[in-house]
Amino acid sequence: MSSSSKCEIPLTVNGEKYSVIARQADTLLFVLRNHLGLTGAKPGCLNGDCGACTVLMDKTPIKSCMILAIEAIGKSVTTIEGLRDAPIQRAFVEHFAFQCGYCTPGFIMNAHALVESTPNASEPIIEKWLESNVCRCTSYFEIEQAVKSVLAEKQASKD
Amino acid sequence: MVSFDFTYHRPSSIEEAVQLFASLQRQGKTPIYYSGGTEIITLSRLNLVFADAVIDIKHIPECQSFDISQNQLVLGTALTLTAIEETNAFPLLAKAASEIADRTARNQITLGGNICGQIFYRETVLPLLLVDSDIVIAGKSGVQQRPIHEVFQQSIQLQPGEFLVQVKMNAAYLTMPHVHMKRRKQGKVGYPLVTVSALKKGNELRTAFSGVCPFPFRSPKVEEMLNARHLPIDARIDYALQQLPEPILDDIEGSAEYRLFVLKNTLWDILTELEEAER
Repeated sequence: MSSSSKCEIPLTVNGEKYSVIARQADTLLFVLRNHLGLTGAKPGCLNGDCGACTVLMDKTPIKSCMILAIEAIGKSVTTIEGLRDAPIQRAFVEHFAFQCGYCTPGFIMNAHALVESTPNASEPIIEKWLESNVCRCTSYFEIEQAVKSVLAEKQASKD
Repeated sequence: MVSFDFTYHRPSSIEEAVQLFASLQRQGKTPIYYSGGTEIITLSRLNLVFADAVIDIKHIPECQSFDISQNQLVLGTALTLTAIEETNAFPLLAKAASEIADRTARNQITLGGNICGQIFYRETVLPLLLVDSDIVIAGKSGVQQRPIHEVFQQSIQLQPGEFLVQVKMNAAYLTMPHVHMKRRKQGKVGYPLVTVSALKKGNELRTAFSGVCPFPFRSPKVEEMLNARHLPIDARIDYALQQLPEPILDDIEGSAEYRLFVLKNTLWDILTELEEAER
């Protein structure tokens, strides 16, 4: 790696390849928003507590405020902008699973990873995953209903 | 946002990491080993950590090892807490890991990062103390395997330039009866009021604590009292609590009195559960 504080960081985000010149100390959240203009991942607590900045890295949800952009080299990053009418997005609308909407991208990315990776998720597993995100408008019930509806759809399409 | 600049280094071998650390130090830099990075980034934002070079050890194969044989479990220190939980090779450690932070954060937090953390709960250490694990440490004098009781005394005791590579434990411990209880003031995510891990080896009860004092610990004196089976359970607990290594914590998470109340009840639950299982 270069010894200067800035360097070229090649990233793959939402299937597209980018190259940014950024500080090696910059977080992925900062680079997504300030270098790539992808403002879907939200800065909330910037402390890893609220989950508003959640994105997927190789399909695993991570808090982009707590990881360096340079760590994402060679990984595939997906932000809310990379979801195209995913079932969980529709379910959030149908179940009124948001109010102000600030936490919604983070919740959706986490919930999307859950329904894709664990289609038979039990209630405790759903609860455990959703504990990673905070909604100050307290839409928790509706969010859980949205997740369950997608899981039920998946189950029904398998039967 | 990290308020200062650093250079990022990604060694692919133990030797490279150790040499890099020494070479950066010779250049007058302040290097730091980096694994999940969550605490370093969080504390950097508050200017509670400073480094002008970070050495990411996640790409060193030994730090990612997961090997279970008849006699021994070997866990790389760069394994994430999610991996520790999902592989479930050591159920007590898996349970402890599954209660730290939240599910998404655990995809980043690593075993080694939790053991070495500045934030003093370090709850993965509790099961490791109970099974007398060994810690593999790399440094300028090579790679050494040392007992956790020697290396971890309130916090990890490392020389400059050393880092944790692996944790090893005797496989016989992995299936012993155990309980892990984390009690919080409210909610299911967050720091504990008290956390107690317990493991039963034959008739011997072993216990380790976090949130009671500003460091995790296992105390022979506490265990001696808890194992005084000729006494009733409440007396054993009262005597054990007189043997704590330091006065009980009194902070924003909970007053000393409240913590003591919760700790007493937690120990009661643990002793009851493990001893009733004998009947």
